[in-house]
Amino acid sequence: MRRSTRASSATSATATLTVNRHLFPFGTESNGRDLMTRVFVGGQVSLLIGLLATAVSLVIGVAYGAIAGYFGGSIDNAMMRLVDILYSLPFMFFVILLMVFFGRNFVLVFVAIGAIEWLDMARIVRGQTLSLKRREFVQAAHAMGVRAGGILRRHVIPNALGPVVVYMTLLVPKVILLESFLSFLGLGVQEPLTSWGTLIADGARNIQQAPWMLVFPAAFLVTTLMCLNFIGDGLRDALDPKDR
Amino acid sequence: METGQPLLEIADLHVRFTTPHGPIDAVRGFSLTVAPGETVAIVGESGSGKSQAMMAVMGLLARNGRATGSARFRGQELVGLPPRSLNRIRGDRITMIFQEPMTSLDPLYPVGRQLMEPMRHHGGLSGAAARTRAIELLELAGLPQPERRLHALPHELSGGQRQRVMIAMALANRPDILIADEPTTALDVTIQAQILDLLRDLQRQFGMAIVFITHDLGIVRAFADRVHVMHAGRVVEHGPAQRIFTCPEQTYTRMLLAAEPAGHKPPPPPEAATVLEARSIRVSFDLRGGLFGGGREIRAVGGVSLRVREGQTLGIVGESGSGKSTLGRALLRLLPSEGQILYRGRDISRLPERELRPLRREMQLVFQDPYGSLSPRMTVGEILAEGLLVHEPELDARERQRRAAEALVEVQLDPAMLRRYPHEFSGGQRQRIAIARALILRPRLLVLDEPTSALDRSVQKQIVELLRTLQERHGLTYLFVSHDLAMVRALADTVMVMKDGRVVEFGPTEEIFDDPHAEYTRTLMAAALGYTRAGMAEATAAP
Repeated sequence: MRRSTRASSATSATATLTVNRHLFPFGTESNGRDLMTRVFVGGQVSLLIGLLATAVSLVIGVAYGAIAGYFGGSIDNAMMRLVDILYSLPFMFFVILLMVFFGRNFVLVFVAIGAIEWLDMARIVRGQTLSLKRREFVQAAHAMGVRAGGILRRHVIPNALGPVVVYMTLLVPKVILLESFLSFLGLGVQEPLTSWGTLIADGARNIQQAPWMLVFPAAFLVTTLMCLNFIGDGLRDALDPKDR
Repeated sequence: METGQPLLEIADLHVRFTTPHGPIDAVRGFSLTVAPGETVAIVGESGSGKSQAMMAVMGLLARNGRATGSARFRGQELVGLPPRSLNRIRGDRITMIFQEPMTSLDPLYPVGRQLMEPMRHHGGLSGAAARTRAIELLELAGLPQPERRLHALPHELSGGQRQRVMIAMALANRPDILIADEPTTALDVTIQAQILDLLRDLQRQFGMAIVFITHDLGIVRAFADRVHVMHAGRVVEHGPAQRIFTCPEQTYTRMLLAAEPAGHKPPPPPEAATVLEARSIRVSFDLRGGLFGGGREIRAVGGVSLRVREGQTLGIVGESGSGKSTLGRALLRLLPSEGQILYRGRDISRLPERELRPLRREMQLVFQDPYGSLSPRMTVGEILAEGLLVHEPELDARERQRRAAEALVEVQLDPAMLRRYPHEFSGGQRQRIAIARALILRPRLLVLDEPTSALDRSVQKQIVELLRTLQERHGLTYLFVSHDLAMVRALADTVMVMKDGRVVEFGPTEEIFDDPHAEYTRTLMAAALGYTRAGMAEATAAP
């Protein structure tokens, strides 16, 4: 790198610098900021939202679905009707409602996404539980006097995990995309903070002049989603004692 | 039986499956000839390769299976024949019926349509002609009101009726050979006898040969002309049925023949205390179709009373749907029921679950299906220790594992197996684990719900021995629910015969078996033991 500094007067200076291009391997974005750094920061946000919102929906959904399915009858009916009601709330309406009440907040994105996504999880787990509770090993545990909590914890939930894990890995990409949709509408992550979704939306706007602005964040997103699918498959096999 | 040129000649057949864990040789050198009109039985325990050998002949192996060797039908080689040419023979000259008739029928279409479709496509029959032929076939297969049955969906028929439909389908083209793969195993004994009679009748009528694959020696004895005994993919012995049954040459055959459960159990002394008493137990299931469905009730058990004393084994016998399993579960308060249940003099029928819990350890249950009754995601150690977690929470993990190992020794398994998962065990071993799970709590009363029906005969015998030893050692009281009369006879001192949720007959085992009073009991006995006795009479009459 060559650098020379000349002072021509007391109030001004001219610096001549040759800046090597490899400092910005991904190029720069529309405001001249380094795209690589933006992609990394965006990755932190996207993964954080994806994993946290999934974890939230996993905990709520599994517990809710297992309880509804196992106890059945009117408990099941009441719990699942509540799910139906929440389903029928339009997502955008729900988000805007939250914004009005709590103001614009990064945490709200988790809450909103998590609160919507656990509904699917609850339905999946409930369906699994309904078939599992008729299995003989659950009846055997009941005959031994194991309490409902123990049966749910030791028998129902571990055996329902297979489909749950697969759904979870599908959920992470879904949440990441949902977040980018919210950010695109200006309801999610706000500048200067960024996420892959925002970067992709930005890149899509400039696709003709600067295609790299779309290519790099999109490549990262696609790779991540693909990895998640493999992780899901691997986790399901790892959790199944038959494949060990 | 007529003799002549063999219809089917199988020589040195091998079947190999390629699996991720290396190749498995299911059949290693299987030879068999079938002459027109004769009945050949292939006998063996599960995993002996008896079904796979015939599947290979029919070209029905799973994708990872490969057959080598030779199988000639009327001189034409079948092994390695392309599917197109094979289709001209299978389903036409050689047909097959399977064990589970529910899975062989498409649940979405009426049976008539499933019966007529191949006739119209392959036989080129018109709609009306196919219909007439279908009715004819169903009549031949002994299905009452065949015109109406044409429109029935598979689930509207009983197991026996479905098997009759399958037989009608197999007969459609008047085959030369009918391969019957355990055709009666999934059926009740009385139905089983009817189906066997039907097959024999049809054989006489059409002169077709039957290859009968089964594990049930009673059927073979009565039914087959020649027997091939298979073990571990090989034919260990073959010959005329009478010779095999009267003077078997191989130790394996002798072991199979000796595997019929034997022995009797003396009743407990009359002064033994009553463990369980039930007064007019009723169980009904509410079949309400959701919010808008009309109410419909099914009475599974209608007013059953019984009394079991300490050390007694009460055999509850009946066909499927007789309510015997339901009764067993209702007595343990696993199903809601009406009536009174007295456990050691204490009325437990209205006890809330919380107060019932301490009693649960004394009343345990062993299930029929050793594959379904153990959680696939827990190790054997965890499965066994679970009961201790509930009833003896003061024990620490090491003590629980010690007790679990002890329980495994008790059921004659290696205590080193505690860390394994259930799928690593065979059916018989799993049933031992299930028994150990019940025993670890040191119960007084054990409800055994068909504990041996999913197992091979020789394994059944071991489980019966085990149950006997355990009863003597711990003074256990058994409620033995079963449809297998031979097993009940060997294990129970008192028998209760159930039909449609009611008790038909009740009394000491010897009395019920030697001199049944109720008409139904007599039918049941004749169906279950008739074949064995007829076969034995034939065998002894032979020179």
